[in-house]
Amino acid sequence: MSKQPNPNEPPYAGSPTPRWADRLLEWFVAPHLLEYVQGDLQEVFYKRVEQVGLTRARREYGWAVLHCLTPFFHKSLSKHPQPALTDMLRNYVKIAFRNLAKNKGYSFINIAGLAMGMAVTMLIGLWIYDELSFNQYHKNYETIAQVRRLYTDPNIQKTDGTDAMQLPMGTALKRNYQHYFKHTLMAWWVGEYTLSTEDKKMPKKGEFIEAGALEMLSLNMLKGNYASLTELHSIVLSKSASEAIFGQEDPINKRLKIDNRIEVTVTGVYEDIPRNNRFGEVQFFSPWDLWVASNDWIKQTENDWGNSSFPIYVQLQPTISLETANARINDFYQKSTPKDMAGRAAKYKYAVFLYPMNEWHLYSELKNGRPAGGRITFVWLFGIVGLFVLLLACINFMNLSTARSEKRAKEIGVRKAIGSLKNQLVQQFLSESFLVVMLSFVVSMVLISIALPWFNQVADKELSLPVERPLFWLFNLVFITVTAFLAGAYPAFYLSAFQPVKVLKGPSSPGTFRLGRFAALPRKILVVVQFVVSIVLIIGTIVVYKQIQFAQDRPVGYNREGLITIPKNDPKYAGKLDVLRSELLNTGMVAGMELSSSPLTAVRNNMGGFNWKGKDPEIADDFALTDVSYGFGQVVGWQLIAGRDFSKAFTTDSTKMIINESAANYLGLKNPIGEFITFYDGKTSRQIIGVVKDMVRTSPYEPQKRAFFFLDANYAAASQIAIKIKPTVSATEALPKIEAVFKKVVPSAAFDYKFVDEEYAKKFSNEERISKLASFFATLAIFISCLGLFGLASFIAEQRTKEIGVRKVLGASVLNLWGLLSKDFVFLIVIALGIAIPTAWYFLTGWLQNYTYRTEISWWIFAVSGLGALLVTLLTVSFQSIKAALINPVKSLRSE
Amino acid sequence: MKKTVLGELEELVLLVVAASTEEVYGVPVMEELQRQTGRSFTVSAVHTTLYRLEEKGFLSSSVGGATAERGGRRKRLFALTAAGGRVLLEIQQMRNQLWQSIPEGKFDLLGL
Repeated sequence: MSKQPNPNEPPYAGSPTPRWADRLLEWFVAPHLLEYVQGDLQEVFYKRVEQVGLTRARREYGWAVLHCLTPFFHKSLSKHPQPALTDMLRNYVKIAFRNLAKNKGYSFINIAGLAMGMAVTMLIGLWIYDELSFNQYHKNYETIAQVRRLYTDPNIQKTDGTDAMQLPMGTALKRNYQHYFKHTLMAWWVGEYTLSTEDKKMPKKGEFIEAGALEMLSLNMLKGNYASLTELHSIVLSKSASEAIFGQEDPINKRLKIDNRIEVTVTGVYEDIPRNNRFGEVQFFSPWDLWVASNDWIKQTENDWGNSSFPIYVQLQPTISLETANARINDFYQKSTPKDMAGRAAKYKYAVFLYPMNEWHLYSELKNGRPAGGRITFVWLFGIVGLFVLLLACINFMNLSTARSEKRAKEIGVRKAIGSLKNQLVQQFLSESFLVVMLSFVVSMVLISIALPWFNQVADKELSLPVERPLFWLFNLVFITVTAFLAGAYPAFYLSAFQPVKVLKGPSSPGTFRLGRFAALPRKILVVVQFVVSIVLIIGTIVVYKQIQFAQDRPVGYNREGLITIPKNDPKYAGKLDVLRSELLNTGMVAGMELSSSPLTAVRNNMGGFNWKGKDPEIADDFALTDVSYGFGQVVGWQLIAGRDFSKAFTTDSTKMIINESAANYLGLKNPIGEFITFYDGKTSRQIIGVVKDMVRTSPYEPQKRAFFFLDANYAAASQIAIKIKPTVSATEALPKIEAVFKKVVPSAAFDYKFVDEEYAKKFSNEERISKLASFFATLAIFISCLGLFGLASFIAEQRTKEIGVRKVLGASVLNLWGLLSKDFVFLIVIALGIAIPTAWYFLTGWLQNYTYRTEISWWIFAVSGLGALLVTLLTVSFQSIKAALINPVKSLRSE
Repeated sequence: MKKTVLGELEELVLLVVAASTEEVYGVPVMEELQRQTGRSFTVSAVHTTLYRLEEKGFLSSSVGGATAERGGRRKRLFALTAAGGRVLLEIQQMRNQLWQSIPEGKFDLLGL
């Protein structure tokens, strides 16, 4: 259809029609219409050139061409179809379906394997998306930050950091740095409080923070507005909290009490913050000033630079970058604080920096006070695992397609002989892989919707398939395309490269075409890669499990059984604790009730400045402090290794202390009993009367901190009530009785109990999650690898049917044949083991380095996983090889 | 054949083809239309109409010779079919009936 040079060209040949217009026309107009339309257009054009001149004619021509850009000229009439494309595609799909239907077993393996791989990859994708979008509910998440401080111990040159700031710092920041920060908000830590109306009591997590928080966090206010926290006695509830307390009633102006002592009035309701946000657990906000007004000790620290207890959140001004603000705020202590504080800051090399909100979650681990990794490691790790699982599934697909290629070689030969181009064959195989991937995608969607609830539980997430979002489907489309190409590209190019002559002539037996020796090599490499991944995952699972076991088997140092704790957070407890104890003991269900200043599963208080005999002036002098009541030791069952417990028989015990084993070692005293520890003021001192075994209170993977226990005879510092249920009584029996006693003695307090062993188990939740996920992935990887192996083995067995028949006729036993067929695969697994073991060792050693208390990677782990892999391989392969070996040779040889 | 409605342009094009003594292609049709109506038509509009009429069975087409001023491209020549003639006659009849039903003297009253 393109313009032919014509000898009879008119004299205007040098001034032709506009090129762009012709191009456009030729591109747009359907071929069967083009010639006549273009002819007519040109005829008119040349006439017009004579009538109105070239320029105008050209313009008119262009205009006329533009008029042709209608659907009419573009459509390809069904009467005149373009046969090449649609018919061939239809043919490809037909052949693909026939192939699937013909080899049902292979098709099942292919689709099931690929579907599982895709499902896992998509689950991981959802998980990663959720992790990456953490805290992004807040519109200003990029400009919100928390203030942190670095300090360097001049003695040991160790830098550490904290997010607890001084109260006057907030004032100074607001005064001197206001053009950097849009909001500077003092806050208290998110904590659990009891919200009560006249007739209801409910534990709710809440945050006391300055009024700007609502705007800074861009909360969606359902009732009230961003100014709702400006009144002193106000509270803003989340929608769910409001519904839990007030039902469907309008909560505005309703009165509540926080911890039965702070009076507040509801001034607003906000839409719940989704769980994947730092403040997602918060169910109410109340003003910071109210918290100050309700806590005398905070009021007293108003000008105290020595008390660092408070988080400070800031939002940057829109024009200020984080770097600018960081550079400016870095020397805050040296510049903007009173002289003695500035002096201390210089001595300890204080440096302030902003910890941006978008790092809070993914970079939550701090090294030397600075964010250094955290969840981001898992995002990467799982991302890689997901890709690997998908890769395994794709490898299966490739493996099976190329292995079966010998069967299809003839088809390709015939196709080529009658004129198929290589390109067309590539298209054919790609469309086949597209079909399989599409089917797998449908299956994987079903799988995901089945697995999602379970996955959410294991991963502690609230994921769902965002089916309503077009972006999700766009992403799926890309995903399908990529997978189809990944899985289909190699077979497509490999198969289409066969030479028809070789294939059709068939040098060996008729019907099958033997590929060269090295044709099997890539397939073998693929199998090895699969098993390397599987074995690494198996080893990883075992090591993670072993590490958890190791930490769980660690002596805890006290007896968790039947132990419950209740926060002492109601002022009405004052003076009633002894009554409470005797009432509880009277129930006959309780072995004891005592009090402490920290829960057993955490350390709330640290103090420095202690001095003792023979102390090295260079070493740190801070200890974990816990105030306990008489008898606390017996209730929790701590184990004395020297000295004695606190006792009412000795009236001076309030000037004595008990230390833990770590502290005893740290003090470096030969016999610590009877020694005196001097406080930071140099005057007060306490005498050590006992040493107890370390109790695991913080991370079970870390050494426990050196700790002091002081006697708190009149419950002045007590914050936790510990109750020991008698071992002979079940908890379900005891709890209602205990609750009844609490209701009677302190009716206003919420009976919000926790089992200590459950709290303790939470320390392992992270590692247990990893363990569960790792075993899940390992199982899948093995399953997918086995599917691939199974397919390959059955194929090879089928290919060697004749050989097996001949061997049997010549007297080979079933065992011989089984060995013959399995040998190849065992060899591959051995190679895979050789690669996997060093790889796994390298990565797992690195992982274990994170833990001070860690298990060892012993040789038996490798042995077990190696044997396991071998066993699984043999089982998979044997099914096929024994089947092949048992076939009657008459059957396999008859066709010859 | 089911009742086919002809648009104004379709009717005009069909008439132009019917009026010509031999087979015609796009350009002469377009020129004739311009001459008769005084309006200008684009090549694309004429072509679209011609093909549509062919699809309806009122025109038949054949491939004709090429000329130099067409850049060596061939023409598609159209001729009236019997069905085309029939539909023109039907239209004329229908119009005649309508003309006859106009009350006598109506135009006189309007001063025409």
